[in-house]
Amino acid sequence: MPVESLFPRLEALLPRVQKPIQYVGGELNSTVKDWDEATVRWALMYPDAYEVGLPNQGVQILYEILNELPETLAERTYAVWPDLEALMRAEGVPQFTVDAHRPVRAFDVLGLSFSTELGYTNMLTALDLAGIPLLAGDRGDDDPIVLAGGHAAFNPEPIADFLDAAVLGDGEQIAIAITEVVREWKAEGSPGGRDELLMRLAESGGVYVPKFYDVEYHADGRIRRVAPNRPGVPWRVHKHTVMDLDEWPYPKRPLVPLAETVHERFSVEIFRGCTRGCRFCQAGMITRPVRERSITTIGDMVEAGVKASGFNEVGLLSLSSADHSEIGDIAKGLADRYEGTNTSLSLPSTRVDAFNIDLANEFSRNGRRSGLTFAPEGGSERMRKVINKMVTEEDLIRTVTTAYTQGWRQVKLYFMCGLPTEEDADVLGIADLARKVIKAGREATGSRDIRCTVSIGGFVPKPHTPFQWAAQADHETVDRRLKALKDTLRADKEYGRAIGMRYHDGKPSTVEGLLSRGDRRVGAVIRAVWEDGGRFDGWSEHFSYQRWMNSAEKAGVDVDWYTTREREENEVLPWDHLDAGLDREWLWQDWQDAINDVEVEDCRWTPCYDCGVCPTMGTEIQIGPTGKKLLPLTVV
Amino acid sequence: MAQRLRVRYAKRGRLRFTSHRDISRAVERAVRRADVPVAFSAGFSPHPRISYVGSAAPTGVASEAEYLEISVTRECDPGRFRAALDASLPPGLDVLDVVEAGGGSLADRLECSVWQVRLPGADPALAGAAVERFKAADRIEVERLTKKGIRRFDAREAVLSLDIAEGSETTAGQASSQSCVILRMVVRHAVPAVRPDDVLTGLRLVADFAPPSPPEVTRLAQGPLDSRTGAPADPLDLDRDMTRGGDTGPASEHAVGDL
Repeated sequence: MPVESLFPRLEALLPRVQKPIQYVGGELNSTVKDWDEATVRWALMYPDAYEVGLPNQGVQILYEILNELPETLAERTYAVWPDLEALMRAEGVPQFTVDAHRPVRAFDVLGLSFSTELGYTNMLTALDLAGIPLLAGDRGDDDPIVLAGGHAAFNPEPIADFLDAAVLGDGEQIAIAITEVVREWKAEGSPGGRDELLMRLAESGGVYVPKFYDVEYHADGRIRRVAPNRPGVPWRVHKHTVMDLDEWPYPKRPLVPLAETVHERFSVEIFRGCTRGCRFCQAGMITRPVRERSITTIGDMVEAGVKASGFNEVGLLSLSSADHSEIGDIAKGLADRYEGTNTSLSLPSTRVDAFNIDLANEFSRNGRRSGLTFAPEGGSERMRKVINKMVTEEDLIRTVTTAYTQGWRQVKLYFMCGLPTEEDADVLGIADLARKVIKAGREATGSRDIRCTVSIGGFVPKPHTPFQWAAQADHETVDRRLKALKDTLRADKEYGRAIGMRYHDGKPSTVEGLLSRGDRRVGAVIRAVWEDGGRFDGWSEHFSYQRWMNSAEKAGVDVDWYTTREREENEVLPWDHLDAGLDREWLWQDWQDAINDVEVEDCRWTPCYDCGVCPTMGTEIQIGPTGKKLLPLTVV
Repeated sequence: MAQRLRVRYAKRGRLRFTSHRDISRAVERAVRRADVPVAFSAGFSPHPRISYVGSAAPTGVASEAEYLEISVTRECDPGRFRAALDASLPPGLDVLDVVEAGGGSLADRLECSVWQVRLPGADPALAGAAVERFKAADRIEVERLTKKGIRRFDAREAVLSLDIAEGSETTAGQASSQSCVILRMVVRHAVPAVRPDDVLTGLRLVADFAPPSPPEVTRLAQGPLDSRTGAPADPLDLDRDMTRGGDTGPASEHAVGDL
């Protein structure tokens, strides 16, 4: 069945919207394949604005991998801004892909990548604009399979009613596997309709189909159990882990947008996973074990990616990039290669040690030494023990002082507020630390021209972490502590003016907390918020705390119960049937260790402490060094 | 600096929705991909020496005649440079002409523009009457929202000519027999700039003429006003005369390197 391009109808609307270029597609390295030659067609959505969604690595990787498959087509779609949404509704233009402007409803699979829960309302907008029923139970055989992935999919329960399926973990191999299941089912003439297709996907244990599981509750509201409601459906669904990143060197041909986006650079993942063991960090827990990409593959990817894109900045991505076993050689090798080419290198540097400064110096050979960022996360020594961020005050002062003496003028320090066991003094400790940093910096450099910015985020307890049982601090407490910190810094005549403070109020964290640890009953809140006009909840200008609270009340959902309530060891958590590989007993023990200020070492360099991931998932730590070096490019 | 090149480029089709900033990023990246030996500014954060000449066609407006100047560190053959840059830019941003800069300021030569405005669904008779009323007026005050707030200015004097172009007709065969009016106007560059939408505002003010759907605007040319034709001449001709080369001539003998 031929599918017509919606572009002529969309084009008539574009002169009337902001930044129309984001809707026209045609990015360098984008792919438009023939509709009729494909048997399996994916629409990939990053449920946020184009400027945020386009650079997303996950979507770019899957887009490229799927389009490389024969008889398979993948296109992208993003959240449209409210100005275009209104025009699309008025003119009856459905949700479209930006590649060939095909209607999203015509695809076989709509794959959504959720980095954050705040994209849930945007998903509902897209489904509604696409003409796809919001509730999975209302969909027919002509509707796509609505499939969620990304970190938020490790607890998809709040959106379970809107999803047909979810996958946990790395998407590369499972996306291909799903494609083959869909292809086979279609080739057989789609026997049994979408139910049979979902059953085939669920049977493997690699795809979670929420409607094949029933949730039972205790009278007090806690979950009694989550169980499959038909034979053949496994009790637990497991995450996917790609081993050997060298075999998956994507993106090879990065998308280069015409519109301005939030990351204008070519990014290469230098490894996946992190075993530093920071207890607040969901990413570190659910992406284990560490799997490094080799120095030579990284070098090849950077060279090809820069050539194919024309980007003048390269980012080396991972959860803690300085931890790559050959990061020193990678940094030097790339700096040598690109010296004098006006290509800059960046490293999201968060580890607090002197080695990081050596790296930063290498990356700034051409003279740009503006700012360095470190993440001690906790304001007091005790707090850092609770969260297992093993940085002493001494380390921090020494590292930052070194940075100042080597010409860096501005240091940014990341912290969190609202951590478990936190007291007012822990947050005020941030001011103390910042003062000491400036004091030491002034003494070491003899200059008053140095600055320190403390940037503070609200802590949200996440599923599959030791803090999944913790009580989230209420936003009044968080705001009160932040205000006290601000007042303290402002009152400081000696150092206050050299210290900047950036923070957000605590209310959005409460909503994020509700969505992170929510269960299926929270879906009614999301829907009510969306019906009340909720869109783009990750944007402060669109986010409305009041709307979320009103909708929760209307839906009969007690927000405090989901956020500020501490859970007992044996309470069934909404995501317990979803397996990130982490041993539940180990997580509980780590939670107890946190409360008792006991730290845990990184398993890359110390014996295994039995978090459970490697034996459960059949994976292993993959780290170098390989001993290989990057050669400078030969100049022709 | 070895050489300065002057480039005429077009933005066409769906790429007319690019803003000036979008274009400038796209050109910078294309230059890098094409391995053009672009010169960089000195200083703390070096920038490629590319400057955009004249006032850019607004977002949503297509153009056949936008101009930029680019400095390169070694001499390039303009023809090969044109092909390399064009191949590297996305389709729809097309490099039409490249010459080696002669003397003088290119910006000073961009005295006026020719605009084509397609008005799908508009009535040719009503449009014709409106155009006549417009031309008969001495002065037509319009308002436009600018960065500095609402400005009020005359949209009449800068309009050197305004006609209904050939091709305007009721196209038979199409569903609902869609008519289409094509306006063609030569507008002198002035401060504040009078743009085609200001002229459309003028048509509405003098004759209550309003097109039923969004106008499709294209800048067809810009350059020095040729008093014989009443239209702009090619602004790069002067450079061609001075350097005796350029895109249309044979490849310059002094060209070195790949470009």
